[in-house]
Amino acid sequence: MTTVSSAEHSRRDFLYIATGAVGAVGAAAALVPLIAQMNPDASTIAAGAAVEIDLAPIADGQIVKVFWRSKPIFIFHRTKKEIEEAQKVDVASLPDPEPDSERVKKGHDQWLVVIGICTHLGCIPLAHQGEYDGWFCPCHGSQYDTAGRIRKGPAPKNLYLPPYKFVSDTKIQIG
Amino acid sequence: MNMNMQRMIFALALAGSLVAIAAPASAEDQVSPPRQKWSFAGPFGKFDEAQLQRGYKIYREVCSNCHSMEMLTFGNLADAGGPGFSEGQAEAVASEYKIKDLDGNGEPTDRPGRLADHFPSPFANELAAKAANGGTAPPDMSTLAKARSYSRGFPWFVFDAFTQYQEQGPDYIAAILNGYVDPPKDFKLPEGGHYNEYFPGHTIAMPPPLQAGQVTFDDGSPQTMQQYSKDVAAFLMWAAEPKLVQRKRTGFQVMIFLIVLTGLLYFTKKKVWSAVH
Amino acid sequence: MSGPSTYQPTNRAMQWFEKRLPIGGLIHSSFVAYPTPRNLNYWWTFGGILSFMLGVQIITGVVLAMHYTPHIDLAFKSVEAIMRDVNYGWLLRYLHANGAAMFFLAVYIHMFRGLYYGSYKEPREVLWILGVIIYLLMMATGFMGYVLVWGQMSFWAATVITNLFSAIPGVGDTIVTWLWGGYAVGNPTLNRFYSLHYLLPFVIAGVVVLHVWALHVAGQNNPTGIDPKSDKDTVPFTPYATMKDAFGLACFLIFFAWFVFYIPNYLGHADNYIPANPAVTPPEIVPEWYYLPFYAILRSIPNKLLGVCALFGSIGILAFLPWLDTSRVKSGRYRPLFRQFFWLFVIACVGLGWLGTKQPEGIYVILARILTFYYFAFFLIVLPLLGIFEKTKPLPNSISESVLGAKA
Repeated sequence: MTTVSSAEHSRRDFLYIATGAVGAVGAAAALVPLIAQMNPDASTIAAGAAVEIDLAPIADGQIVKVFWRSKPIFIFHRTKKEIEEAQKVDVASLPDPEPDSERVKKGHDQWLVVIGICTHLGCIPLAHQGEYDGWFCPCHGSQYDTAGRIRKGPAPKNLYLPPYKFVSDTKIQIG
Repeated sequence: MNMNMQRMIFALALAGSLVAIAAPASAEDQVSPPRQKWSFAGPFGKFDEAQLQRGYKIYREVCSNCHSMEMLTFGNLADAGGPGFSEGQAEAVASEYKIKDLDGNGEPTDRPGRLADHFPSPFANELAAKAANGGTAPPDMSTLAKARSYSRGFPWFVFDAFTQYQEQGPDYIAAILNGYVDPPKDFKLPEGGHYNEYFPGHTIAMPPPLQAGQVTFDDGSPQTMQQYSKDVAAFLMWAAEPKLVQRKRTGFQVMIFLIVLTGLLYFTKKKVWSAVH
Repeated sequence: MSGPSTYQPTNRAMQWFEKRLPIGGLIHSSFVAYPTPRNLNYWWTFGGILSFMLGVQIITGVVLAMHYTPHIDLAFKSVEAIMRDVNYGWLLRYLHANGAAMFFLAVYIHMFRGLYYGSYKEPREVLWILGVIIYLLMMATGFMGYVLVWGQMSFWAATVITNLFSAIPGVGDTIVTWLWGGYAVGNPTLNRFYSLHYLLPFVIAGVVVLHVWALHVAGQNNPTGIDPKSDKDTVPFTPYATMKDAFGLACFLIFFAWFVFYIPNYLGHADNYIPANPAVTPPEIVPEWYYLPFYAILRSIPNKLLGVCALFGSIGILAFLPWLDTSRVKSGRYRPLFRQFFWLFVIACVGLGWLGTKQPEGIYVILARILTFYYFAFFLIVLPLLGIFEKTKPLPNSISESVLGAKA
């Protein structure tokens, strides 16, 4: 076998490296659609679009459950007593400190809108139950108050707030 | 060339001429529709947004009275590669429609459409569609442009693979819409049928749906039968293949990549095998 | 595979693993050091192409199955939802549908290569028969996959093909009802076809493993048809055959991509974009192109049972090929008379394919009968007789001599 010059060696190596690199790029590009197809498709995203809820039929003290992006949302029309209870609490003593004012929209503090999924392990808490006039989760005993904050039990965080805004005094848009 | 190749070519030529002789005998009476020029044809084809919007207007004002388009949503009108409506415009279109839904008590009610809603059917169900249309339900238009074609025959279908002719559907649809003429004297037209030059068998259940001037265009395009049929056929092609533009664009990138890779592999293979030759 | 492996891993972790499960050694001896005849031409790259296409079909299929619904009211819509809503769904669907066509194109080239070079002869009979089994499984898988779309052609092809079994005397109708799960093709049929369509490709993969194993016992055939006699006749599989296969595959992918991106519906039938309607039969019921020759054979015989026998016989006869061909010389390169009959056979298959698109009447049915006769005569008359009477050309002394000339 004839000897190969070092210039030829590096030319050959460059060819092999270039081929390998282009092949690797192709393989990576081929993975993109295979992984992307598992992301929510266009119809799921469309179905998860914002929903408008009419607040007028919700009576004083009533908690209504609606769905947005397949998640339960509690809409709580709080009475004066329930608002006072929420505002009077010493925030520093809470397991997840948060004042009531940060959990409602300005000028609309009779309306509490929270995601109805227990922050412990994901069950749906029961409304108007428990010692704090809020919610009670039957799975492991977490208790939430009239601002949806965790007071007792294993849940680490307050009930989460969905993105929402008031389009009028009697209508909110969730999402 | 050697005897083997000569005989193979002779045999193929013999087979080809047999085919050419036998070809004209066709069971179905089908006149080939004329080939139109489409903006979305060819490897760099794109939909013409203005044309799709005109085509949508024709669908909305004329066709949708009998034809459903169930697989499209109002939101699709705002999708990339389509008619180019804004989301606001698509929402406005949606809210013009009444969509059947249930109210809070489980009673049927009508509500304005939303982006995620599908285009509603003009009839409650298949049977109602048939009953209202002389026994033949008007086909859904979601995939119609891909569900219609015509036989190209040998050797044209071979050339089509190279020229990328995939617009048989829109050509057929445009031809049908323009093809309502008076039947020849000796043609027996069945009851309830209409004579159409391009429909196989020449008897179509659909009455002529369009007349010149029926739909007004805001962009000044001629309001002729030719224009209407082309525009609505283009719209139906988009409805059937909304990802056409993305497909061809990705195809270009993939072909370039593959040609580069093939070239590199060719030289690599040659380099590797030079050790043995 | 014979004797202890020459593979010694350098890495400590690999050495530990190799003592417990010698996969590294297996891969090394089968796909790296494996001696491959040096004179293989590009017709030999189709085995690698087929393995790749099986992978493509399984991967795209599994991913499509995440979005498909096998119910008669939802199937067609779910396929359209894949095309419209699923991210890259249009790409996955067109890859899978055109991939099936490419899979069959490659398998036909692979089979014709075997036919021409006598790759089915001793000692590769079992290799060949395993291939016939893979081909039959492919036909079943492809048929059921097409039905899943639940378009007009899906439904009516399912009706025609399942009805074939009613030709079996006595138990025919019972078998058909059992296949359907009802009194006609319907939802039970669709559901079971979905289950089997998901299953069979993995059965194919298993038989492919046996196929490659059987291949490695005998070694590859080569264009001369004579066995390697020394190391000069072979080269290690990697990098020689690996790079040649890779280049062949890349060329094939360009052809595949042309269909997927520019003419994705060219090989399909427009009627399958019409949702299935049990009350309306389409003007013509045509299978996909890769079944057309057998469709022509079926319809050329006027008797239903004999037509079905001819259909299954035309595939089954392939399994007997190693014993029907009596010639001692393997490769068509040295068999001038065989070569002519072979090319006529290729033309007959293409001709039958074209006739499969025509109505079985007039000149078409006459031609179909002539070509069907030749198809069977090739296996049952020509090949057995040729082995006895053909004067073959002299074989070269060795593979390396045929490649390098007598100076080797």
